[in-house]
Order: sequence, then structure tokens, then C-alpha cells
Amino acid sequence: MEMTTNNDSLVNEISAIPGGEHVNLCIQCGSCTASCPNADLMQHTPANIIALIRANYRQEVLTSTTPWYCLSCYMCTSRCPRGVKPTNIMHAIEEIALREGVESEKTTTPALYRSFNHYVVNNGYVPEAWFMMRYLLTTNPFKAFSMASLGIGLFSRGRISLKSRKLSSKSRRELKTILAKAETLGGAD
Amino acid sequence: MNKYNYFPGCSIADGAAKAYNESTKEIARVLDIELAEIPDWNCCGSTPFSSCSELGSICLAARNLSKVKEPGADTVTSCSACYILLKSASEYIKNDPEVKRKVDESLAAAELAYNGSSNVRHLLDIVVNDVGYEQISSKVTRPLAGKKIGAYYGCQIVRPKFGLDHSENPQLMEKLITALGAEAIDFPLKTNCCGSYFSVSTQDKALDLMRRIFESAHSSGAEMLITVCPLCQLNLDGYQSKVNKKYKTDYKLPVLFFTQLMGIAFGIDEKKLMLKKNIVSPAAILSAGKKE
Repeated sequence: MEMTTNNDSLVNEISAIPGGEHVNLCIQCGSCTASCPNADLMQHTPANIIALIRANYRQEVLTSTTPWYCLSCYMCTSRCPRGVKPTNIMHAIEEIALREGVESEKTTTPALYRSFNHYVVNNGYVPEAWFMMRYLLTTNPFKAFSMASLGIGLFSRGRISLKSRKLSSKSRRELKTILAKAETLGGAD
Repeated sequence: MNKYNYFPGCSIADGAAKAYNESTKEIARVLDIELAEIPDWNCCGSTPFSSCSELGSICLAARNLSKVKEPGADTVTSCSACYILLKSASEYIKNDPEVKRKVDESLAAAELAYNGSSNVRHLLDIVVNDVGYEQISSKVTRPLAGKKIGAYYGCQIVRPKFGLDHSENPQLMEKLITALGAEAIDFPLKTNCCGSYFSVSTQDKALDLMRRIFESAHSSGAEMLITVCPLCQLNLDGYQSKVNKKYKTDYKLPVLFFTQLMGIAFGIDEKKLMLKKNIVSPAAILSAGKKE
């Protein structure tokens, strides 16, 4: 583990992403860690990762499994006595890690998100069956067997189908234009 | 008649939670609520997209809000994930000039503009606060006397704090259950996380979180649950048998959308409420003690 000497400190990058703005207000009380249903699975606890951000342990933070185990239940955020938003800080770490391609490969959550987002960006709509299949194919197709009984249960009740709603081509173009522009504006100023 | 812009979201419009859409339309008719669906709306992005691009997800919401048919009316959604995404985006656009500038610029690239006027609300908010418990009670034709129903809120309707109700001990749905003539069962883990997408990616953990919720509801006396979120419903309904298998338990807790329960109490045909789409069937509990 080594300290980076990057002039753009991680704390500034995180602060520039909506939701990361209060990272510097943390007093390390640990309420977030105590509230987190997944802290036991995380490589670094929520309070720990905030401390690492502020100490500019960039590589350590961006490759940690921690953000990918965040369930976005917002318990930490609603309990934080300083108005820090640890949930959104987790999202901000994920955003930077994905942009730089250094996300942790120890969980399949990034693959799940990529599959979901493929449909958000290209269709403007997420067809659940296709999103699931795409995820299973890119991770572990054999996992499909363990999900078969649920799949059949849902299919027989008409709760999943291969046909899906589709946005007009004009709307899809609009969406791509907006997202492309937003990407150039990024989080950083 | 109260008019609202309606954002159904993917799961409710055409996915696993179709029953939520249909039962919402049914109770809206009874309660004289008009829902004008946003034309050609796009996915809110949910947790996966907002995790990867916070600004992009605010732009997704802004496109939807720029398309509402009734710019002066509130925008309502019945999905907790859509709610939190649309709501936090609209708050950022209202309160953070730097974010608003970037959103304006992104929308302008597609010749769109959003003036920030639409107020985003959850369907539960509309039902209990705009219509009100008294009005709801007056529409009940099939009181659910004796049914013990637990309200499961999950996370994203009460957290982060948008002021709808207490973030860990909300009471809106308990009062709703009482207004429908049933017995509300308050249980400690009603705002704990159901495991979200982890039911797929990190299943052991999700099953453990669900087991705790079932244990809490069951030991408090609930025989049925109602919920406000498509993913919570899918998890607690669809994975209940897996929880039972893994932990050698025997939970049989039907998990209904709150709109389905309202529809039942209003005497709406059960086919229209799509009760057969529920994996854990509520039929036995609903017919218990019923005199034909």
C-alpha cells in the first residue's frame, strides 16, 4: 500500500460527483458501518473507506470490493450525524473505478450493472428477462440452472416475457445524445 | 378529480410487477385519481445506472420530467427505485445550480428543456395524503376484518429522508391497513433491506436478509405482507421457497402490492388485480372466515 502523489486528490474527485459533496464532514463515528447490512462482506468498512479517500489512498479505494457490496439501502445516509452520504460516496467510487477500468473483480456486481446499463443506454428500457440472460452469459451461464425454478414460476404467471416495450427511435436517439453530452460534462468541474 | 403525471417504470409497465400497474389503475378509478402517463418515458436507471454515472442518471430523470403532459401537476411513481431517482434528481436540479447547468446543457443537446417545476411523489403519498384515510375507508365494501397484515416498506421509499415518513419507523401503511378494516401488524424489520439485486449476484447474503425479514414479520403475527416496491415484492415472493429450503423454515407469507390489497377491500374483481401472478398465493388467507 503506498500513498499516491496525485495532485488531483481523490477527495476532490469524489466531492465533484453529486452526492459526494460532504465527504470532508466525516468525523469517523462509525454510525455508517454499524448500520450497514453488508459491512461484514466488505474489504473495507464504510467508515474505513471514507478515511482512505481522505488520506488519498486512491488505488486502494478504487479497487476495493466495498462499493460493490453496497445495497443502496441508505441506512447509513439517513443515520449520519454529519450529513455525509456514504451511499452516494459508494456510487461515486464505482463511477470513477469503472471509468478507469480498475473495478474489483472479486464480485459479479459490476457485470450485473453493465448488463442493466446496456439496456438503459441502448433501449431506454430494461427488459428483465434479457437483462438477466445477458448477465448470466457474461458471468456464469451455469448459474441459470439454479434460477430455473424461479424463472419457470415467473414465466408461467406471465411475469417475464421475451417481448418488451420499446421506445420510439426518436426517443432513443434523444436519450443517447443527452447521455453522450452528460458524459463529456462528467463529474469533475 | 385529482390529476397527476404518471411514471410507471420498466418493471411495473411490462415486467414482473405488471400486477402493480393494473391494480394501481383499478384503485385510481375508485378514488377518482387521473394518471396521465408520461409519453415515451425512459428507464430511471435505478441503482445500477446511478452508481455508474450520477450526472447521467439525473439527466435520465430530467428527460422524463421534461415530457410530462401536465407541467403544473405532481409526477407520481409507484416504484421505490424510480421514486428515489426522480426525486433526488429533481432536488438536485432545484437546489444545485452547478448540477442544473450541466443537466440543462445535456438536455439542450437533444433540443429539450426542463424548467424544474414538477414535484415528484410516491403513489403511497398520493393515496394516503391527497385522498386520505377517511375517503379510503368510505370505499371499502369488503372489510378485511381479522386479517393480520404486516407493512413492509423496504428502503428507498423512506430513505434517504425526503420527508414522506420516518426513515426507520414509518406508519403510513399501518394506518392504511387499519383504514381497510384489517389488523396492522407492526414488525421491527419493516424498513430493513430485502437484498435488492443481490438475490442474483450475491444470493446467500440476500437470502439471509430475507430470512430475517420473514422471521420478524412472522413472529410478530403477520400472515400476509404488503409492499410498495417491485423489487422487494419479487424478492420476498419469488425467493421465499429458497429461503425455506435453505434455512429449513416454512414461511407462507403472501406478499401483495398495497394497491392489490386496497383493490380487494374495494371489492374489485380479483382477476383485475392479478392475484394469480403472486407466487405465494394469498387465496387461502383471503377466503378464511369468509361466508359465501
